[in-house]
Amino acid sequence: MVTIDDFASPVRPTWCTGCGNFAIWNAVKRALAQVGLAPHQVMLVSGIGCGSKLPDYTHANGYMTLHGRTVPVATGVRLANHGLRVLCTHGDGDAYAEGLGHMLHAARRNIGLVDIIQDNRIYGLTKGQYSPTSDRGRVSKTSPWGAFELPVNPIALALAAGATFVARSWSGDLNHLTATIVRALGHRGYALIDVFQPCVTFNRQNSYDFYRPRVYNLQDDPDYDVTDRMAAFARALEWGDRIPIGVFYQVEDRPAYEEQVPALKAGPLAPRPVEKLRPEQVQRLLEEFL
Amino acid sequence: MQTVDDLIIRIGGEAGMGLESSGVGFAQALVRGGLHVFGLPDYHSRIRGGHNFFSVRIARRPLYSHTEPVHLLLALDPETVRRHIGAVVPGGAVVYDEKDGLPDIPRRTDVGYFSIPLAKLAEEAGGSAIMRNTLVFAVAAGLIGFDPTYIESVARDNFARKGPAVVDANLRVIQAGVEASRPFQADFPFRMEAVPDAPRRLLLNGNQAFAMGALAGGCRFVSGYPMTPGSPVLEWMAAHAAEYGVVTLQVEDEIAALCMAIGAGYAGVRAMAPTSGGGFSLMVEALGLAGMTEVPVVVYEAQRPGPSTGLATRTEQGDLLFVLHASQGEFPRIILAPGTVEQAFEAGWRAFNFAERYQCPVIVLSDHYLATSVRDVVPEDLNLDAVVIDRGELLTEADLDRLEGEYRRHAFTESGISPRAIPGHPKAVYASSSDEHDEYGHIYEDAENRRRMQEKRMRKLETARSEMRLPTAYGAADPDLTFIAWGSTYGPMREAVDRLNGQGVRARMLHFTDIWPVPQDVEKLLVGETIAVENNYSGQFADLLRMATGHTVSRRILKWDGRPLSPEYITHHVSRFT
Ligand SMILES: Cc1ncc(C[n+]2csc(CCOP(=O)(O)OP(=O)(O)O)c2C)c(N)n1
Ligand code: SF4
Ligand SMILES: [Mg+2]
Repeated sequence: MVTIDDFASPVRPTWCTGCGNFAIWNAVKRALAQVGLAPHQVMLVSGIGCGSKLPDYTHANGYMTLHGRTVPVATGVRLANHGLRVLCTHGDGDAYAEGLGHMLHAARRNIGLVDIIQDNRIYGLTKGQYSPTSDRGRVSKTSPWGAFELPVNPIALALAAGATFVARSWSGDLNHLTATIVRALGHRGYALIDVFQPCVTFNRQNSYDFYRPRVYNLQDDPDYDVTDRMAAFARALEWGDRIPIGVFYQVEDRPAYEEQVPALKAGPLAPRPVEKLRPEQVQRLLEEFL
Repeated sequence: MQTVDDLIIRIGGEAGMGLESSGVGFAQALVRGGLHVFGLPDYHSRIRGGHNFFSVRIARRPLYSHTEPVHLLLALDPETVRRHIGAVVPGGAVVYDEKDGLPDIPRRTDVGYFSIPLAKLAEEAGGSAIMRNTLVFAVAAGLIGFDPTYIESVARDNFARKGPAVVDANLRVIQAGVEASRPFQADFPFRMEAVPDAPRRLLLNGNQAFAMGALAGGCRFVSGYPMTPGSPVLEWMAAHAAEYGVVTLQVEDEIAALCMAIGAGYAGVRAMAPTSGGGFSLMVEALGLAGMTEVPVVVYEAQRPGPSTGLATRTEQGDLLFVLHASQGEFPRIILAPGTVEQAFEAGWRAFNFAERYQCPVIVLSDHYLATSVRDVVPEDLNLDAVVIDRGELLTEADLDRLEGEYRRHAFTESGISPRAIPGHPKAVYASSSDEHDEYGHIYEDAENRRRMQEKRMRKLETARSEMRLPTAYGAADPDLTFIAWGSTYGPMREAVDRLNGQGVRARMLHFTDIWPVPQDVEKLLVGETIAVENNYSGQFADLLRMATGHTVSRRILKWDGRPLSPEYITHHVSRFT
């Protein structure tokens, strides 16, 4: 049986006390233990940022890559070895600034990744610049007049790009967060989970106290249909006093990218031995040019 | 009539006329007829219009290069005559379409002008004027005395998929072309007959040879974004992906392309990303990721002239120092620059062995000239038996089962190479990081660790150096002039050396395929008067040699007009200073 302790790493987190990343970290470990995935059966891929240090604090296969490039690296890992369950854990700057294009393409590709965004709506590691999910008017070191831009809407963008699983959770509700990750781990294609992650140091506005009275769980409404894309769009646009969390959308009618690749029908690539071509293969290749 | 030992046929027209495909088909027929060929396409970056041409050089001895003169010009439009008439040798000829008439083009008196209703005959015989490209090559075969049954055999094979009606139409067009050549045969003096019962030979370009070598070398993951002239490698792999178990994908940009290949390499699959200089520019940051996290990955960079979009369908060797220095910081990388089809094939599998043995990025530097020009080789020259698959210090399942203690992915070792475990084994669970890290992969900023880690990585380069091949020497053993060539200049340089030796100048070429790390002891070969010959503006390899060995070349013969160096260009420049 896999337990949370199996994921214990000797490295202690350097996150600030009260940082929302602790809950995300715990939820990831709890979810993996719950579905019975051991440290060697998964790969945690991250980019660069406070949140992206998560794999360093977790005993599991991992890869801390480049700022913004989490998803393409994870896609390569997944295609090379779809025997590994691949999860991405990266910040809102990583995912929605430099990485936004990759996110949209991963969604339309429906590659089998669980993409967890540690969305603190600020740049933590570089000490407090505004981010793509910061509110319009947000004052920061690089937006002294208040941000002129609108924030991106990751839920609506993922839906528009064709994502087959789109969810939101938050660091203030460990059980909901864990359950959402568990559900995403059971999904066959690309699964986006945007997680509100309070940054207690650089984003005092979007604190636990900001979110707690506002968030409500979509799944509390028995009539909410997660296969209804238009309904999901409508909820994606809901913002203000009431902010929905939970699974906005989930359909299983589209095969994952890796399920469609002819070379992968025979199973994962990485464990296969690398061998020289057989004589008849050599012959066939050479004949193309005769 | 004279049977010449070197004959060049050039077909010219607009984009969309199928010059390259019919030209390669004709070259294929010549090879089946026992002749040696070198085919060079020259085209604009556009889909319709513009002026394109394709030259086939034919001989009875192996060819390594194109050359400049033309014996027979096949003009599918008047523009071809205007542009290329100057290249036609005295006694040569132009075949043009009767309907073009060439009213206002001044005629040379030492060249034959053969007017043939090409479009009309193609239409009558095959049902489509487009087929005049095939027809005009049949005319050429008739004029040079080459047995047209070889052209027919190629047409049968190439059009078999389209059904017997298409095959028959092509055969009729070929027949009509040969017939049409008859009235002019006596006026065309050059002959190049087939050599019956010659051994079978392959015809292919550098891109195809490299892709085949990579496949034979175990490449099983290719991610790319289309860009001339590198993308045919992705296309070739995609065409073979299902049969050979290769994952190929076209992705959103070159950043993703290399990042995916790195992800695949990290997970244990031989992976590559083919591109050109512009795409490589986007890959720069990811290259450093592979360097820092010690991931084996191959980048195929087929150069074209820059800066920026430059000349999309032309050639240059202008990216050498860029790929050598690309990405922040210092890390080991290996650079190979094949010069021939055979070397491109070898580079295909050698690159993956280097990548896995040294756990670092390997860049194969090609260019448009090598990538697109076709040459014939005997099957033994693409020696698939000689392919070696060496995965370096890769821990096996059994090694990992026996592993004691925690696995150290980046263990300090004397060679700098840390035994690698593919993720997935319970005893080798690790996370590597693009941040500086300790032996386990954990982020670690300690000064002493940093010093040792950087030394460990850089030591791999020293270990690799002893494996890099010295340049191949060609020509006079005791030379007056030593030419230094690298990559695709092999062919033109080799022929220039032959010509110079024929003129009594003792010349020798040192040709490099293994560029970086610069092979051990190379300075011992760099003696006397040396001349760097490069297809770029500044002589980047000469600068690199000076940096690495202290040797300063005496002269540089350079070319940066987007066209390849030719033997004539080189000998002309030599004659100016000897
Ligand atoms: C190419 C590149 N640009 C910029 C940076 C600097 N950088 C590091 S983390 C970061 C932003 C972090 O914000 P986010 O992704 O939201 O993560 P957080 O720290 O908030 O968890 C930036 C800009 C970098 N490492 N690489
Ligand atoms: S700066 Fe913010 S995001 Fe970073 S560790 Fe501290 S609280 Fe967490
Ligand atoms: Mg952030």
